[in-house]
Amino acid sequence: MISQEVKNKIKTEEYFINMGPQHPAAHGVLRLLLTIDGEIIKNVEPDLGYIHRSIEKMCERDSYQQIVHLTDRMDYLSSNINNEAVCLTVEKALELEVSDRVKVIRTIIAELTRLASHQLWWGVMGMDLGALTTYFYAFRDREMINDIFEETCGARLTMNYNIPGGLMFDIHPNFVQRTKDFIAHFKTKLPEYDRLLTGNVIFEKRTKGVGILTKEDAISFGVSGPVARGSGFASDVRKHHPYSAYDRVAFKEILFTEGDTYSRYKVRMAEMWESMAIIEQLIDNIPEGDIQAPTKAVIKLPKGEYYQRVETARGELGVYINSDGNKNPYRVKFRSPGFSNLSVLNHISKGVKIADLVATMASFDFVIPDIDR
Amino acid sequence: MKNEDLQNIIIGLGTDLKFSTEASEFLNIIVPKEQLHSVCSQLKSNPDLKFNYAFCITGMDWGKELGVIYHLESTELKHRIVVKVMTEDRENPTLDSVHDIWQTADFHELEVYDFFGIKFNNHPKLRRLFLTPEWEGFPLRKDYVDEANMVIK
Amino acid sequence: MGVDKKRFLNQYEAEGLKQVMPEDFPGKVIPGGNGGNIVVTTLDSVINWGRSNSLWPLYFGTSCCAIEMMQTGAPKHDFSRFGFEVARPSARQADLIIIAGTIVNKMGPVLRRLYDQMAEPKYVIAMGACAISGGPFYYNTYSVIKGADHVIPVDVYVPGCPPRPEALLEGMIMLQEKIKTENMSKKVNPIDGFDEGK
Repeated sequence: MISQEVKNKIKTEEYFINMGPQHPAAHGVLRLLLTIDGEIIKNVEPDLGYIHRSIEKMCERDSYQQIVHLTDRMDYLSSNINNEAVCLTVEKALELEVSDRVKVIRTIIAELTRLASHQLWWGVMGMDLGALTTYFYAFRDREMINDIFEETCGARLTMNYNIPGGLMFDIHPNFVQRTKDFIAHFKTKLPEYDRLLTGNVIFEKRTKGVGILTKEDAISFGVSGPVARGSGFASDVRKHHPYSAYDRVAFKEILFTEGDTYSRYKVRMAEMWESMAIIEQLIDNIPEGDIQAPTKAVIKLPKGEYYQRVETARGELGVYINSDGNKNPYRVKFRSPGFSNLSVLNHISKGVKIADLVATMASFDFVIPDIDR
Repeated sequence: MKNEDLQNIIIGLGTDLKFSTEASEFLNIIVPKEQLHSVCSQLKSNPDLKFNYAFCITGMDWGKELGVIYHLESTELKHRIVVKVMTEDRENPTLDSVHDIWQTADFHELEVYDFFGIKFNNHPKLRRLFLTPEWEGFPLRKDYVDEANMVIK
Repeated sequence: MGVDKKRFLNQYEAEGLKQVMPEDFPGKVIPGGNGGNIVVTTLDSVINWGRSNSLWPLYFGTSCCAIEMMQTGAPKHDFSRFGFEVARPSARQADLIIIAGTIVNKMGPVLRRLYDQMAEPKYVIAMGACAISGGPFYYNTYSVIKGADHVIPVDVYVPGCPPRPEALLEGMIMLQEKIKTENMSKKVNPIDGFDEGK
């Protein structure tokens, strides 16, 4: 080790390094300006805007049905849940009641979307830390969910299945059987994922004790989702402000208190089990009913402000619509979960090495178009 | 806690606060801009209120005034509230920053500055976040016109 | 080597018709074959066969189409059977860039710099509606570049939002066939004269 006298004599300076918009820790186009001293990080400054598509400005000239199509592309891994958020806000404003069938189907599809998003997260997290096998395993299983969606909703990634008032069309007759087959198959695969990554010595050493976030910091920084639940902050919107059919299913809210990367990892793995439990409770008793509640062709919301929160795979998404009575909204704001989660990154990355920063970012599960909107 | 009880406590925290509950599901409070910081820090520290979770901070252009809307929640007492602050000055709008009360406001105020042009006093480093540093104008204002880039439909 | 050249050569001229291009098409139109003619030499065909079957793509995905590109590399539809396996993170070692996602005003110079860092001969596939023409973000936005071909010259356009993995595979195979019809010595680089417009 270098003695203190030698350190005083060798003059070192901090320098800037750019983790540029195109890099293989493939979360999207995020540019981080790192100030480092050797390999220790002193400051992280994110530079956003490389995928800023001005969705909020576009919404001011679109009708309410058209806004739903834009929300798909924001956080594309939980696109169904984003659509559901806007539809619920519009239905709350119009005081429209949707049928039970719609609520149950929306919940099942939202949980399938959450499973698909967590599968992709698991694959990419292993890849970021160097284990390329996880990528192939995760995508192989994700294809099965994509096939289920394609048969029912028509698209694999950006499905506009939810509309204000209900669903676009009824589910395919094969939907129930295929979902049950998928769940039976995936239940044998999740223990395999655990055997591959969770107990691995190298993985544990790289993630335990890295990137610790305390509960008070999590509340103050507005963090939500699995990141907050890994630090002990009980923030699951499905439990505290339930919507759709979440008040009639029994599921646990998963909390760990250590606040490091390993506990965030465990939260998401446990959430996959909980999602499968929710689907199993609902899939056999889908009630009969209407698919669409009647709405006018041109929707005009009464004057006022409306807010709705949902739980996406990344955290709490909020939709704020301010309407002045016309057919276009006056102001739409999407409170994206990734934006608040990103603001913590500087706070918890002081004094760690660059490789630890990569592991922390993988556990936060950023999707950059969600941050940039 | 009900809206009426909240209103009775909060009315003592500042002068000239306006309350309303129409057109929204939460209790709205309009705070004059000079008292924003003191009212907000009391909203967080008062043991009956304890609003420690700011879950949405939005910039807004009401046509004549510019302003910010804060949606606040208390994680222990489970009540929610909306605080609005506005300024008439469109040339050089300035408001107080609340990032020392809720640290999430750090990033959200950068976003509001980028899109609306509202400057915040005591902010650690106010800069453009989403747009390039040499961008002129503030896009989300209602009077923003940009023929070069926008194709209006 | 068994490639249907008529697909690329200007078949309108062969039939005596005039091809109509829209007035404001921003790209540069290079007639198929790129300097070659029907009779291509044996050396060219061997070299072209080798080049087209081992294109190395660059990791460049900005938004949703990147997920479909990742799915194309995943086990069900695999692009490594066609030679695209070795995906490179560094632009200096890649010779194909698949633009998957929207290009924004702030990202345009970055894309141009990446393209300039690649070594000749290099190819570009524009994947998805956003990279072709701005896609769903065409109206009322102030920050989207309406088409990646305002920034770099594009060889193959793959439409869709997002395109299915099979569609992207067809685009990649079409690029392979396009490369097989080229002639090394008389090749025109698409980037020459691009900045001045056509």
